[in-house]
Amino acid sequence: MSTNMTQPSETLSPIFGRLSLDWIPYHEPILIGTFAGVALGGLLVLGLMTYFRLWVPLWKNWITTVDHKKIGIMYMVLGFIMMVRGFADALMMRAQQAMAAGGAEGYLPPHHFDQVFTAHGVIMIFFVAMAFVTGIMNYVMPLQIGARDVAFPFLNNFSFWMTVAGALLVNISLFIGEFARVGWLAFPPLSGSAFSHGPGVDYYLWALQIAGVGTTLSGINLIATILKMRAPGMKMMDMPIFAWTSLITNVLIVISFPVLTATLALLTLDRYLGFHFFTNDFGGNAMMYINLIWIWGHPEVYILIIPCFGVFSEIVSTFSGKPIFGYKTMVWATACIMVLSFVVWLHHFFTMGSGANVNTFFGITTMIIAVPTGVKIFNWLFTMYKGRVRLEVPMLWTIGFLITFTIGGMTGVLLAVPPVDFQLHNTLFLIAHFHNVIIGGVVFAVYAAVTYWWPKAFGFKLSEKWGRRSFWFWFVGFYFAFMPLYALGLMGATRRVNMYPDAGWQPYFIVAAFGAFLILLGIVCTFINFYVSIMNRKALACGNDPWDGRTLEWATQSPPAPYNFPQEIHVRGREEFWRMKQEGFAWSKDYAPIHMPKGTATGALLAAGALVFGFAMVWYIWWLAIASFLGMLIIGIGHTFNYNRDYYIPVDEVAETEAKGALA
Amino acid sequence: MQLKNLLLAGVGAFALSGCQYHVLSPQGWVGDQERNLLIISTLLMLIVIIPVLVMSVYFPLKYRADRADTSDYDPHFEHSTKLELVIWGVPILIIIALGWFTYVYTHRLDPYRPLDHLEAGKPVEVQAVSLDWKWLFIYPEFGVASVNELAIPAGRPVNFSLTSSTVMNTLSIPALGGMVYSMAGMETKLHLISDSTGTFAGRSAHYSGPGFAQMTFDTLSMNDSDFNAWIEKVRAEGTPLTRDTYLTLEKPSIATPVRYYGTVEKDLFQRVVELCVEDGKVCMGEMMMQDEMGGGGIAGIPNAAAYDYDRPRAIDGFGNPIDLPSNLPELDTQAFLFSPDQICSVAELKETTTNVN
Amino acid sequence: MSPLDATRTPASGAGHAVTDHDHGGHHASPTPIGFWIYLMSDCIIFGALFATYAVLGYGYAGGPGPKDLFEPGFVAVETALLLFSSITFGLAMLQADKGKRDGTLMWLAVTGVLGLGFIAMEVYEFRHLVHIGAGPDRSAFLSAFFALVGTHGLHVTAGTIWLVTLMVQIGMHGLIGANMRRLGTLSMFWHFLDLIWIGVFSFVYLVRLV
Repeated sequence: MSTNMTQPSETLSPIFGRLSLDWIPYHEPILIGTFAGVALGGLLVLGLMTYFRLWVPLWKNWITTVDHKKIGIMYMVLGFIMMVRGFADALMMRAQQAMAAGGAEGYLPPHHFDQVFTAHGVIMIFFVAMAFVTGIMNYVMPLQIGARDVAFPFLNNFSFWMTVAGALLVNISLFIGEFARVGWLAFPPLSGSAFSHGPGVDYYLWALQIAGVGTTLSGINLIATILKMRAPGMKMMDMPIFAWTSLITNVLIVISFPVLTATLALLTLDRYLGFHFFTNDFGGNAMMYINLIWIWGHPEVYILIIPCFGVFSEIVSTFSGKPIFGYKTMVWATACIMVLSFVVWLHHFFTMGSGANVNTFFGITTMIIAVPTGVKIFNWLFTMYKGRVRLEVPMLWTIGFLITFTIGGMTGVLLAVPPVDFQLHNTLFLIAHFHNVIIGGVVFAVYAAVTYWWPKAFGFKLSEKWGRRSFWFWFVGFYFAFMPLYALGLMGATRRVNMYPDAGWQPYFIVAAFGAFLILLGIVCTFINFYVSIMNRKALACGNDPWDGRTLEWATQSPPAPYNFPQEIHVRGREEFWRMKQEGFAWSKDYAPIHMPKGTATGALLAAGALVFGFAMVWYIWWLAIASFLGMLIIGIGHTFNYNRDYYIPVDEVAETEAKGALA
Repeated sequence: MQLKNLLLAGVGAFALSGCQYHVLSPQGWVGDQERNLLIISTLLMLIVIIPVLVMSVYFPLKYRADRADTSDYDPHFEHSTKLELVIWGVPILIIIALGWFTYVYTHRLDPYRPLDHLEAGKPVEVQAVSLDWKWLFIYPEFGVASVNELAIPAGRPVNFSLTSSTVMNTLSIPALGGMVYSMAGMETKLHLISDSTGTFAGRSAHYSGPGFAQMTFDTLSMNDSDFNAWIEKVRAEGTPLTRDTYLTLEKPSIATPVRYYGTVEKDLFQRVVELCVEDGKVCMGEMMMQDEMGGGGIAGIPNAAAYDYDRPRAIDGFGNPIDLPSNLPELDTQAFLFSPDQICSVAELKETTTNVN
Repeated sequence: MSPLDATRTPASGAGHAVTDHDHGGHHASPTPIGFWIYLMSDCIIFGALFATYAVLGYGYAGGPGPKDLFEPGFVAVETALLLFSSITFGLAMLQADKGKRDGTLMWLAVTGVLGLGFIAMEVYEFRHLVHIGAGPDRSAFLSAFFALVGTHGLHVTAGTIWLVTLMVQIGMHGLIGANMRRLGTLSMFWHFLDLIWIGVFSFVYLVRLV
């Protein structure tokens, strides 16, 4: 297949590195259209912000904030924006595969299709799922343990902006140059300098490396928060399940992300300095990359799903009017999953030929994970048992999750059986499986969490009508989109093909594309929901404890004051807020000045430096790389000379804020 | 066992109704066994999956907050040792059973295990090389080779030896059974058998670059006489496959038509595995022996070119051939490290290196 | 820095430019535990690099091996520099605990000089290897060697920059609580690097030379 399109050739200039005008895709109508849309939308936003004089508040209240609640909300905004991008990629793939049957080429040549599936995976995992999960943990967990903020508020701000810098770098690749064409884990030797030239893989490496710094630091921060900042009297076994799952997730992050950092750094050395870690020649070993990346990659999927288990635990307990069934089992089951997640990585490549004993070992360890996971599902079921189940929107998502995740879990265990995996490895069966658990688990949890904690964050509920619509479109759309992929997998259809010879597959792909369209409607309903609810916020206003909650976050105002709790809470056991309500709880009027951290621009500036540095490295603009690195160093060191990082909220202000909250 | 056979037959009947479902209605012993295990595992899991699915819908409906009689509401029901035993016990028992099947079948179906135990006649050796983006099948016993067409005798085991010229691929013929990776500098094994004659789709199932989707081939399963006739046809129609013609064939191409080679140079496959088809390259086996003795010492430093294998893939994402400069950033750093005083003359250095290449 | 505690009374020094924030609240500073967790994550990075060296460390690709390249005497001096710098950092901490600013600064300076000496020797070794053609691009063994030892060297460089910064800050503000906490974390970092170096010394050099 030869087209009139070509990839630009490489040149190197001292000022622009290898960046030349040829790398601007002005001859590609899809990208030009997208760029025009983004540019016009961006200009509109800039104009409106100037008109309404929002620049100063944006800078003061958001960009430089160290408040964990605002940072949490910003993570959610990032997640939703990137979800739109990642989902656009998904639609493009579904459209291409619905068309390109029996030798037809469809509308995407491999050059584009391969970037699209790589970007889809990278964006959905690193900048959608991770952003959502980190955002929910950031917002909810400190409130649940009765803390005023996280342990290191500045670090939290820095972590967030690093994630944004990584996300921006991925999106810049859309309009300047190209993204990687190697799949979301960039297996060498394909991703090495010999087989992938051009800036694509370099965008991938630097974007993930920059975002990874943010994720690791955020993990450290949240662990320290849980260990050190709990309200007085709260023992570990008094924490809500969501706080437990946050702890375990962040432990996983801190253990596994350094492996990703090291692995990507080694690949970077291969590509930039001619090292031989993963090349075919000079004694390199590509299989080592595959092992290392999955030693990170498998815990990563638990990093995504475990906090979601926490979300569902909170919701199922609240809406059943009962404490969670088997609290201790829940904690131990999660801890089991944490440990087991590190001894299963090889199940991602049974087909490498490791031998029957090795494959059996990793197959069985993988199945064992199903036991604690199954126990958790039973615990949620028995929490509803003999309860008073209110079938509100968060509960709908929970039931959708129970059904979908169980099915996905079953197909996952199938793939854990090595001989079955020999047949289904790299087929669309696998794709259907992990979307079954990630959409059924993570996406449904995010929707449930957003609906559940939205009233806490903004003081009013989301529209129930649009919430239900969104749920049903997603739920039904999911089954239309992915059940055909299971069937295709059983026919032997391979993932990542931009075209296929067997015309018999086409009807299935068309059904899958229809499913994707239903999901699109679900996403549209979500944004309509946000809009409608914000417009009707007066009517939807709901006070501090709209769901009859059981944990401490519902003790604060909605939205919570910057300091969260006007007084420290002395915790006496599990579900402290439930007990406080039984005892007729009210805050005392005896306020004291509250010690708070000051906002700072350092985090955003450092991340901006990292973005420039990443861009310069991608394009070999060495002078800019050196300059931006020095800039970051100076800003970072300069920050340590600022000892004036906190202030006190005076008593009057606390009293005033609390009086306002009491009226709401 | 009776019950098992019945169920298998039932599912098999369903599968046959849509014979596209290669995984469910395979054409060989390996695929059959893998399908059986798929079904056994599914049934075992359904023991717990079905009750969970039922409870997921039944509980929220039965215990709705607005039900007529809420006298069974028990806000303190949060622990039950009996239930805990069941919810841990049943999954553990299922996993023990599944673990047992996994152990037995993983050893039985190890892709490295020859199929001699089937006593199905003399196996055929096939050496499969994944190239950018086509498959080369060498028949060492017959001294012939083919590109993008695999012929096998039905009813006799096929012993595959796999390797790759560049990046990872997977040899996948779903109608016959599972897949195994092919990797450069390594030889992996796969053993399959076809029970019936027919044409089955084969492909690479591991993404390997722009031509990947069209890296497909037909597997022609024939009876012995047809197979021998096919070999003779290849021998008659084919051109010689030497180290030189292999190097031409190895160059990236997309949607390559079927072609035959009537003779194959001795040890070609071994040289492909050891990355030394090209003249002047040290074979990997030799390199490893040398390394085991402590390497080539300081004196070995200048011999780097003999160990250099990976060539820049001179093709872009649209399938067009491209000119590639030698690796730019490497030259910058080398200039910096070797002769920092002359960093200004990097351009010069680049020029000379390009010329040398 | 733990600016999170709702203290019942405003700190007396709240108006000053520099205050110590550890007073009053129920929570001890989370900094030591946070930094400890960071060190553990860093440890895993080194773990991955050690594993890489273990896997690739025998792939010479017909080039030189450890016995051709490493000189035991040279590495012993490097090791001695780093070990002594740990001792001098300990002496600086003792001075700091006694509240002696000048003594602290003096021992920190000695530590910094020893650290710089170590870095200089490592740079010299790297340059020498590259000069004779045994750069990281010659074989997988050399790639793994440069990555592991180089990563440690970058850490020492970062530690030295931090050390100089902190010396300036101690000079400006004295041994106040915030600086003591920083000194404590830097001390953890420095000893951690020493520990990693013992691993490097043993597995990269010593074992491969006998």
